[in-house]
Amino acid sequence: MKRNYVTGVKNGAVVALLTVFALSTVAPLLWMLFTSFKPMQEVESGNLLPKVWHRENYGAVFEQVPFARYYMNSVFVAAWVTFLTCLTSAMGAFAFARMEWKGRDALFRLYLATMMIPGVVTMIPNYTLMVKLHMLDSFTGLIVPSSFGAFGTFLLRQFMLTIPKALDEAATIDGAGYWSIFVDVVLPLARPGLIALAIFTFLGNYGSFYWPLVLIKSESLRTLPIGLMYFDSTYGQQTNLLMAASVMSLLPPILLFLVGQKHLVKGIAFGAVKG
Amino acid sequence: MRANRSRTIAALAFLAPNLVGFLVFTAGPVIFSLGASFTNWNLQQTVPTRVNGFANYSELLGDHYFWLFFVNTLYMMLGLPFALFGALWLAILLNRKVRGLGAYRTLLYLPSFASGVAIMILWKALYNPDFGPINETIRHLFTAVGVHADTPQWLQSTHNLAALDVEKVGLSTKQFGIGARDALILMGIWIAIGGNNMLLYLAALTNVPEELIEAAQLDGASPWKCFANVTWPQLAPTTFFILVMSIIGGLQGGFETARVMTSGGPAGTTTTLAYFIYSLAFEQFRIGYASAVAWVLFAFVFVATLINWRFGNRAAEF
Repeated sequence: MKRNYVTGVKNGAVVALLTVFALSTVAPLLWMLFTSFKPMQEVESGNLLPKVWHRENYGAVFEQVPFARYYMNSVFVAAWVTFLTCLTSAMGAFAFARMEWKGRDALFRLYLATMMIPGVVTMIPNYTLMVKLHMLDSFTGLIVPSSFGAFGTFLLRQFMLTIPKALDEAATIDGAGYWSIFVDVVLPLARPGLIALAIFTFLGNYGSFYWPLVLIKSESLRTLPIGLMYFDSTYGQQTNLLMAASVMSLLPPILLFLVGQKHLVKGIAFGAVKG
Repeated sequence: MRANRSRTIAALAFLAPNLVGFLVFTAGPVIFSLGASFTNWNLQQTVPTRVNGFANYSELLGDHYFWLFFVNTLYMMLGLPFALFGALWLAILLNRKVRGLGAYRTLLYLPSFASGVAIMILWKALYNPDFGPINETIRHLFTAVGVHADTPQWLQSTHNLAALDVEKVGLSTKQFGIGARDALILMGIWIAIGGNNMLLYLAALTNVPEELIEAAQLDGASPWKCFANVTWPQLAPTTFFILVMSIIGGLQGGFETARVMTSGGPAGTTTTLAYFIYSLAFEQFRIGYASAVAWVLFAFVFVATLINWRFGNRAAEF
């Protein structure tokens, strides 16, 4: 009896502490949400909730900057980078994980070694390369250099190593070539890994800041982070509109996170049942 | 023999798209960048580009901005222990398996997940010294306890809690206080505390053998003794991994916050090495010098990586 009481108190303390932490985590985000619905004169008033919910702020963002275009640009670029990264990484991972060839391990170690190189080291030569290839200020320049990640190759390789080799051998006996083993055997089983990589890549690229910042000059090609940054430096006084724009830019990743969480769990469960 | 060769060709065919991209956009640029660091290459000048040996590196050693910004970079890393122990504490709380655990975890994970320009713009508004909610709250607190004191100027102040001087590497009591660097550290802790490190600790905690803790409890060890002598040593590989990764990240960090929130100011106090390299390369177009600074940064990161390889427990990584 006494023991239960003690655990109860302890659990109560844990819940209280967690609630305090969760509140301090969420408070700034709530402030952002509430501020995005306030008229400008109310922003500095100090009350947390808006007196009247001012939904026009969201429309005003689209009037002041080409926000819809930023959205589309970001999604377009991130979708292409995600598709290409998944494709090149899956094929590369297949060669590293499922095929025996001379020099494989040495090359893989080279891939791994480059993962610790700071991004700024390769950023500068890549910029000058883009100048030479006339890819400055273009979507091609945004997409192509970002579509070959050592990280994705590494991740999918680890994943493909867990798929039983016997499956490949059985398919080979059935007369399947490497391509059909890749497409029909390995890829379906690597699906959870692919989904995880797709989510990582999409989110990473959607939020990517450095490369679009140095590469893009035209306003019409700006992605969301760059558009947001210039919106802030040009119209920095309109806190309510800035918060509305920030809320809107956070919605897709948060939705993707909530949807993706399920997919990840499902994908893993599905793979386990089938395997 | 024939079979071997055809297998290699097939493998290269699969690897080709990836390998070409890797060579052109990663491996090639690394070598190119090292070469560029030994030249005076400037994208805007009409002076012909030529090899100038170690001139960039010796300029860097004498460049007092380089050292100032290096100190800034180190100072900004002072938040790492707080983020680390905070993450551990949260993980321990979550590990008590209270009701609604999943909801707490998702909420706590939100900032690190959403981090980016939008979150930085938010904190810029939060830190506004006149109208921001942070100073608003502090003023309320001051009134409540009857204190008359100035609220911090946050992003607009060169003050810092280590009393670092502004124009030179050194200390100055005049600079003691709360300023832009501390504000960025605080925001960094808010972003990181419930993020990946917490998840790593949570995973590691579930791997601590239950019977070890029970044995300690039977021996009459207090909860604190239990933690210090059983849990903490078991978590050592995870702690080491998080620490090294945070140091590697911290050395390269501070670019985005500086660009979005402070422009590296006030008076260069939030300029880190990463932002210094950006401004050398993409604002002043001094490609050669910027590459040299980037390689020195790489050297620091490399040392941290070596320490990880030498002493780290690989099992903690995956």
